[in-house]
Amino acid sequence: MRTTDAIEDARRAMQVCNSCRYCEGYCAVFPAMELRRSFANEDLGYLANLCHNCRGCLYACPYAPPHEFGINLPRTFAEVRNETYEEYAWPRPLAAAFKNNGVVLSLAAGLALVAVFICSMMLHDPAYLLSKHTGAGSFYKVIPFPVMLAASILTFGYAVLALVMGFFNFWRDIGGRTGDIFSPTALKTAASDALSLKYLGGGGHGCNDQDESFSSHRRWSHHALFYGFLLCTASTIVAGIYDHFLQWIAPYPFLSLPVVLGTLGGIGMLVGCGGLFALKLLADQTPAARNLLGADVALILLLGISALSGLALLAFRSTSGMGVLLAIHLSFILALFLVMPYSKFVHSVYRSGALLWNAIERKSKHE
Amino acid sequence: MLVSVLAARNMIDLGRDYDVVVMGGGNAALCAAITARQAGCSVLVLEHAPRDFRGGNSRHTRNLRVAHDVPTSVLTDRYSEDEYWQDLTRVTAGQTDEALARMTIKETGSILPWMESCGVRFQPALSGTLGLARTNAFFLGGGKALVNAYCATAQKAGVDILYDTEVQQLHLEGGALREITVSSKGFPVTLRVKTAVAASGGFQANLAWLQEYWGEAAGNFLVRGTPYAKGKVLRELLRQGAARVGDPKQCHAVAIDARAPKFDGGIVTRLDCVPYSVVVDQNAKRFYDEGEDFWPKRYAIWGLLVAHCPQQIAYSIMDSKSLPLFMPSVFPPVTSETIGGLASQLGIDPEALQTTIAEYNAAVRAGAFNGQVLDDCRTEGLTPPKSHWAQRIDAPPYYGYPLRPGITFTYLGVKVNHQARVMMEEGSPSDNVFAAGEMMAGNILGKGYLAGLGMSIGTVFGRIAGREAAKVAHH
Repeated sequence: MRTTDAIEDARRAMQVCNSCRYCEGYCAVFPAMELRRSFANEDLGYLANLCHNCRGCLYACPYAPPHEFGINLPRTFAEVRNETYEEYAWPRPLAAAFKNNGVVLSLAAGLALVAVFICSMMLHDPAYLLSKHTGAGSFYKVIPFPVMLAASILTFGYAVLALVMGFFNFWRDIGGRTGDIFSPTALKTAASDALSLKYLGGGGHGCNDQDESFSSHRRWSHHALFYGFLLCTASTIVAGIYDHFLQWIAPYPFLSLPVVLGTLGGIGMLVGCGGLFALKLLADQTPAARNLLGADVALILLLGISALSGLALLAFRSTSGMGVLLAIHLSFILALFLVMPYSKFVHSVYRSGALLWNAIERKSKHE
Repeated sequence: MLVSVLAARNMIDLGRDYDVVVMGGGNAALCAAITARQAGCSVLVLEHAPRDFRGGNSRHTRNLRVAHDVPTSVLTDRYSEDEYWQDLTRVTAGQTDEALARMTIKETGSILPWMESCGVRFQPALSGTLGLARTNAFFLGGGKALVNAYCATAQKAGVDILYDTEVQQLHLEGGALREITVSSKGFPVTLRVKTAVAASGGFQANLAWLQEYWGEAAGNFLVRGTPYAKGKVLRELLRQGAARVGDPKQCHAVAIDARAPKFDGGIVTRLDCVPYSVVVDQNAKRFYDEGEDFWPKRYAIWGLLVAHCPQQIAYSIMDSKSLPLFMPSVFPPVTSETIGGLASQLGIDPEALQTTIAEYNAAVRAGAFNGQVLDDCRTEGLTPPKSHWAQRIDAPPYYGYPLRPGITFTYLGVKVNHQARVMMEEGSPSDNVFAAGEMMAGNILGKGYLAGLGMSIGTVFGRIAGREAAKVAHH
């Protein structure tokens, strides 16, 4: 990890925090900090990704601005985190996408829309897009099945590859070896910490997601978004199995498994995106890194529009609006897959990695 | 006119007659305000600091000392009222009001549930403070989180809090407070008073006042906590006939890093290195047994020890063996490969320091070093001796920390009775003025210090003051 202003600021903050330690009951960052006396750049990258941005430490801090020490750990760590996203991005030249990430995501979504519409019109009669199609295979009259399949496998496969490569860049940098990953107890702890968002719990009382008061708004919104996303993924996989192995061709009835999963997932994602979006706009901005607001909001909107367009497609699939809605929905999914490794989405990879490293570290401390 | 201007700005009507006016914005003040409000009073809190720095010294605290007979969720084992009392007697050398002290200790036994009902959260003892896990309850997030919780609870209950509002004058008639003149955001306002709680701390941030007792030396003191503890309310009360307690020179002071900011440096500037080092004055001479006892039992005397050094400065000197033995502090140590080089960097005479270290090294008797017990590593034939944890200083690099007296709070205060009523010089209690917190801690803490006791006194007397003020206001 290179040395930057944010890294220097984080190092100075850790020097103050490590002499104070009042916040050690809030989350995993402070106990991890206490295992160290000095902080290399990689340590700071690890701690920044371990931070869940619950913001409890800012409101509890006697050294927060306007105190002359000016400690604002949530903001400093958010800036360091974004630098780790750049640092570990794969392939390296695409790291630049994190510079103006909100713009990059917006452009990607716009280009994907144009591409899908042009593709649809070139591959079929343009009139297909605006006509009514029903019954098995109606979706493929808008976008041919092989094209849909190839595009999704390629883009999603690439996203997974880039995320995995990024993870290993991070893992190596913080000192992990490949073999370390396969520690069952540590994996279990990390998975439980990640899936429950334990460290948005503020030691059991919620976090300061809006202001000095404690709430679980952000935790539940994130849960809704995350588990909604998983349900949508499950819906796609089930639909794939139906199609490929059982030769049941989409669209499926309202009470079929893919549609139920997708509907619940879509609603969850919408609720989650709405909650997170509201917090981004309404919460106290003191602990927020203003220059990262664009990246955060862009991903929330991208996920939210993906969910919304999916639900709209479901609602209007037997009308002549289906073609356009399908094209819009697929455009946003395409954009999401394309930008996944170059958006705020990567936080899931690095934070999980940091939680795993933390579980390993704590385990070795106890042994 | 002014009143309405201020009211428009703050949505607080200063023309209204509050049942209870609380002077101060820290732990004791907020406990009094909430208690009085819960008893049905209208309550106004006058906080000198702006909102960002609210809470007085409480924002730098982290625990309070609590008597308990059985383990609780946050306290281990038991800590009986008698043991608590013995600890207090020991540190104060008997300079305490036994009846008030015993009452305070007894009351601590029942305050945790009330604090929790006000949104204060606790956590297991902080790392590096294991010695306190049995006796002290730690606030999750520390004292500022506690102040946030109390302020939120108070405001939700309808207490009005006015920030940037400094009490300028009190107008007493006999034992009764009639009016308070304040400067609120720069505007002078006079408030009528039914009852008042004085909980605005000591005068440690008032260097001119400190100089009355310490002379020029006070200029070299660092103030660990709030810069707003100017002691105006205390001075006004004493000037107008309140009975005083406490030696004005006594205070809770520790040795902190001399590079700390003048005010508000808080916990991070403390240094726990003394027992693992030798401490010399600016002439490179040792002056006290660094290894006399465990640090938690001795840290509170080093502030005054350094205050009595020439120029109020001292230097803690150690080698590389000692550095990992204590908690890191905010400023890195001064570092050199030689003792002479270290002395030059610290600004003391290199030869004198070399001589002192050589004499010390020659006097060290080898033993089995153990920081967890009073070990047998000590000096022989050295004055003053180092009784424990004495190791030769011979493994470079060498490290040094400059030390200054860091004053936490002064003990001069107003005398109170069991109802937290301020006592007047002629011996009768005030009609309507109550006191809580550091302003009256001197009743119980004549000298010395016991970790977490300040917050205990503040909480117990804050609640008593709020309750008794409410009774008088209702009457």
